[in-house]
Amino acid sequence: MSSLSRDDVANLARLARIEMTDQELENLTTEFAVILNAVARVQEVATTDVAATSHPLPLKNIFRSDVVIPSLTPEEALSGAPASEEQRFRVPQILGEEA
Amino acid sequence: MIKNSAAEMSAALSSGATTSVALTQAHLDRISEVDGKVHAFLYVDTQGALEQAKKIDDARARGEKLGPLAGVPLALKDVLVQKDVPTTCGSKILEGWRPPYDSTVVTNLKSAGVVILGKTNMDEFAMGSSTENSAYGPTHNPWDLTRIPGGSGGGSSAALAAFEAPLAIGTDTGGSIRQPAAVTGTVGVKPTYGGVSRYGLVAFSSSLDQAGPCARTVLDTALLHEVIAGHDPKDSTSINAPVPQVVAAAKSGDVKGMKIGVVKELNGDGYQAGVRQRFEESLELLAKAGAEIVEVSAPNFEYALAAYYLIAPSECSSNLARFDAMRYGLRVGDTDGASAESVMNMTREVGFGREVKRRILLGTYALSSGYYDAYYGSAQKVRTLITQDFNKAFEKCDVMVSPTCPTTAFKIGEKADDPLAMYLNDIATIPVNMAGIGGMSLPSGVAPEDGLPVGFQIMSPVMQDQRMYSVGAALEAALLSKWGAPLLSQAPVLGGVA
Repeated sequence: MSSLSRDDVANLARLARIEMTDQELENLTTEFAVILNAVARVQEVATTDVAATSHPLPLKNIFRSDVVIPSLTPEEALSGAPASEEQRFRVPQILGEEA
Repeated sequence: MIKNSAAEMSAALSSGATTSVALTQAHLDRISEVDGKVHAFLYVDTQGALEQAKKIDDARARGEKLGPLAGVPLALKDVLVQKDVPTTCGSKILEGWRPPYDSTVVTNLKSAGVVILGKTNMDEFAMGSSTENSAYGPTHNPWDLTRIPGGSGGGSSAALAAFEAPLAIGTDTGGSIRQPAAVTGTVGVKPTYGGVSRYGLVAFSSSLDQAGPCARTVLDTALLHEVIAGHDPKDSTSINAPVPQVVAAAKSGDVKGMKIGVVKELNGDGYQAGVRQRFEESLELLAKAGAEIVEVSAPNFEYALAAYYLIAPSECSSNLARFDAMRYGLRVGDTDGASAESVMNMTREVGFGREVKRRILLGTYALSSGYYDAYYGSAQKVRTLITQDFNKAFEKCDVMVSPTCPTTAFKIGEKADDPLAMYLNDIATIPVNMAGIGGMSLPSGVAPEDGLPVGFQIMSPVMQDQRMYSVGAALEAALLSKWGAPLLSQAPVLGGVA
């Protein structure tokens, strides 16, 4: 079964936007070796003739009439914001200095 | 008064023998008395609860027509949003957040006049089987304070077992209602997927999550089920069909001629001796009550755990991306010149606990290009096989049964460093979530070797939830006449009152 190196785990942490300590990466590398070995068992029965199920219900698109209904006020929508300004969410810098 | 069932409390309210304010105050007093030891609650809404109770008492005095649970108190799992009341999901990333809206479950509870006492403890974002993964410290099992109350909804189950509330709401993604019910000697139901709206339920694994009722009796659970269930246009996966008649089923408890299928694969090796003994005894009681016991086989259930620990982490890695430090919740490292990405990275590092990070990374891996087919894709195929196993078995029986968990409550800390051992708790509960069917756990006695409660699981086909209530009520009645008193009367007394 495939196993993950410490660098692989560090890459996953980067993709998942979690800044992890060296100790956390070490621990997860060890734990993933065991966990992946256990979950890889699904491959024993997942043959090509079996259809995939993504959801327990037969999902279909649900439509509603395009009618305006009451929703959150700007104050309510911003009530949990870490920072806000002029009825907007204030966020840290997204583009580089030069941009 | 607080040891009564919700149905009895409701009768006392209707007859004028008590008021909702008195009943609510009695529970608030009980919480003050014992919750220092149990830690079932993360937040107690004393003022809000008493105001709602007063409103119900006033409405009753005016002669308004009220629902059966009007004025009865309830404990709400901290994963469902309630307007202006702190909702943390057991996580530091949401500490102090007060949602600006009500979940549909809460809207339904409020319209039924149910009094919400507060928010209960849980494993962070409902990931766990012991409530040890809460960022706010573990909840203790009222049967033995050194043991776990189950998880993720250990706060709700412990609140019921400690008589801090007669009703509670849980959510069940892989067993988080049923396993806590089993290890605390209480009743918990995971309705058919889509039976109860997920609007305002903070998502962990959207295709598996389902909110449901918890209580100390089957009838109370049914009464609460009918309050919270029903179609909701705000949840596109909500089933647009009449709610199964679960209260009528719980009242009749008739199992004559019903076929009860014992799942061959969910018994035997790996199940504690006392768990097996109580299970066999329950089967005998159901046979005496007129049910026919048959054996059914579900050969693919042995792959359910592996599939679950790919599907749930995959969906969680996507769902928890919303905790990005931008619109609500914790923000860390927002200093001059810090980029949004570094703020996100630091916030998620500080805000999420160990198990949540583990699952986010596992899901990120299972969904990543090159590994998707081998992991997430294969797990989805196993999901098909499990559903087929259920469909085939239900051709031979009306409900399926098994022990809810392989063991009774384990010690706090015992499995904290072994994720795989922890995951094994859910081996009998996960198949139900994979197929989206209904599942119930009710107490079947205590294991002779440790004196701790054992759960009996009943599984019913999609939107046939009434069947598990019929069987549950029949078994509950048979066990009650055997014991002479509810199982919880055997639990140690935590406080003076009660």
